[in-house]
Amino acid sequence: MAALGMLDSANLNGGQKLAVKYFTVAVALFGAQVLFGLLAGLQYLKPDFLYGVLDFSVNRMVHINAMVVWLLFGFIGSSYWLLEDESQHSVVGLGLGNLIFWVFTLAVAVVVVVYLFVQIGPGNDMSIWFINEGREYIEAPRWADIGIVVCVLVFFYNVAATFAKGKYTGIGGVLVLDLIALAGLYLAGMFYTPNISVDQYWWWWVIHLWVEATWEVLVGCIMAYGLIQTLGVRRKIVETWLYIEVALMFGSGILGLGHHYFWIGTPEYWFTIGGFFSALEPIPLVAMVVHSVFDSGVHKMKNSNHPALAWLIAHAFGNFFGAGVWGFMHTLPQINLYTHGTQWSASHGHLAFFGAYATIVIAFIYLALQKWRGNVWMSGGLVDNGWKWKWALGLLHVGMVGMTVALLISGYEQSQIERAIEGSTWMGYFAAQGHPWFVQGMVWRQIFGWVFAAGFVLLAWDLMTIGKRETRPIQALQAEAA
Amino acid sequence: MTSAPWWASESYWRKTAIWVTGISFVILILLTFDSVSQITAGSKRVPAYSVINQRIDYKFDEKRNFQVPVIGQEEPLFGKKLTEQEAEALVSLGKKTTQAKNCMDCHTLLGNGSYYAPDLTKAWLDPAWGSKEAREQLMVDFLMDPSDKLHNALGRRMPNLGITREEARGVVAFLKWMSSIDTNGFPYNFKPIDQSDPAPAAPATAAAPEATGTPAQN
Repeated sequence: MAALGMLDSANLNGGQKLAVKYFTVAVALFGAQVLFGLLAGLQYLKPDFLYGVLDFSVNRMVHINAMVVWLLFGFIGSSYWLLEDESQHSVVGLGLGNLIFWVFTLAVAVVVVVYLFVQIGPGNDMSIWFINEGREYIEAPRWADIGIVVCVLVFFYNVAATFAKGKYTGIGGVLVLDLIALAGLYLAGMFYTPNISVDQYWWWWVIHLWVEATWEVLVGCIMAYGLIQTLGVRRKIVETWLYIEVALMFGSGILGLGHHYFWIGTPEYWFTIGGFFSALEPIPLVAMVVHSVFDSGVHKMKNSNHPALAWLIAHAFGNFFGAGVWGFMHTLPQINLYTHGTQWSASHGHLAFFGAYATIVIAFIYLALQKWRGNVWMSGGLVDNGWKWKWALGLLHVGMVGMTVALLISGYEQSQIERAIEGSTWMGYFAAQGHPWFVQGMVWRQIFGWVFAAGFVLLAWDLMTIGKRETRPIQALQAEAA
Repeated sequence: MTSAPWWASESYWRKTAIWVTGISFVILILLTFDSVSQITAGSKRVPAYSVINQRIDYKFDEKRNFQVPVIGQEEPLFGKKLTEQEAEALVSLGKKTTQAKNCMDCHTLLGNGSYYAPDLTKAWLDPAWGSKEAREQLMVDFLMDPSDKLHNALGRRMPNLGITREEARGVVAFLKWMSSIDTNGFPYNFKPIDQSDPAPAAPATAAAPEATGTPAQN
């Protein structure tokens, strides 16, 4: 084994060597997400900025697609990271996994280059297959859709077959079943129809059932493993909690899909079903907060990786507030009639994706770096007092909460003036967009966007350097009494 | 520790998770069969594509307590009545164009999309077009090159997306058809363009005097 503090892949098992590749690309794409978010935000304030070169539609598409892919890479990386530990078996198709990693990364690069330099095409099938499918969040052209499914299937095979050859833990079982759903649901978005109601019906199967169901369960698995690793929580406890979370998450989230079916042409019974079940959606998120905070308290916060645990706790609260509270605030049809398609959704989207998903992937990257550097000390009293990770965490949160609140204020104004009073005509839209209260929100969003970007730079610097000059081994955890 | 009470046991929650997930999913599938049948083109909620041959309005319904699309007299788009197949082909060209030009990353359609430009759900009925007779041509001209037409006081402009005349006509057909979808009263309180016919006594004038060539000037 290499000296403590050195990045050395000899410190990692096979799955983990693959995982750190995924994490590296994930962080790079996180940077791209921040960059294109800043460009798109600036265009609200300076509409001529990059007009005709990189229009808002392009920047916004790259901003969100980069996020979807970096989180997906983060999840795949996290799953490969825990795979051999959990299953007690080496990854069965590691060579194939490596090949697919490069194929996937190359495909993402090609898609982004086409997004940036080709951007749009004529209104025919060729454009949809090779340039841009033009369906928000899943704009990737059809060839890339097929590629994504192949990559996810190989990943699924590796996870399922490794658990099958080794041993199935509770975390492993939930993960495998969740991945079946995750891969299967993507197929629901891979077809063309001129009927926009049918189009959006199935499109939401992909978007909602990924983000508000299968992704949540996936991070539940990652959280369970993370708590075992950082705090030494007993497996029986985290796995029982995991089942509770799955029951509550799927019990509320699957039919909670109905909150996207209020206004797309679908029948009125979705008002009741969507309203009721989506009102329940915050409950599992409360459970996750209770679970993580309770476990931390039981262990008196004594843990082996301070940055990772801090980001896990940030995940629990971010998920609850971003997805739970901010989602609930505008989920009932009685308010959604006015807020649907306004900056309310942007406010919710920002806090939810950061709180629920970005945080936990960052937590896992810290866990990975600790082992990659030879299981170094990452508890209290870090070199430089750990200022970089603490400031990164602080700046990213201040930036995100600031953006969320600024967008919410613009959203309030927009839903009042454009929607309730002016009745959503084009004149009403522009009356609301030009209102000083709306503009103020956009200005503050941009300022906090820069704060967030500063936090990202610091985070990237910290990820490259944490543990570098560390000579102490990892803090041993006391096993919990059975 | 011996064993947890049943309500805190791992096996109880494992079974609960499986049952809850399974039942929820089965209910979703059953509802999907019903919903998809209700939103298939040609149904009551989502009219057939040939609805573009008729006038479409958006009026308050006392019983449902919100505005609903009202299909009116014959009023073919671009003055030519289309068969169902021709109408579907034209709407489909429009839909593909909206996808290939990535409209949804600036606009919202049925409220979904991005928030940098106006919602298009009822664009066909928007009063900003000025005149119901002139709007289809104004829309085509606008779509083909919107970049020199200031839409608003903010300086936000739609870029020139290289939309051909045929594609623009398709997009207008798609927007007209979309405005006929029953969206449960979304958008609320929308004030549609005046589509009432001029009084028969007055001699008809062919031109549309208020047409300015630009939508939504303010």
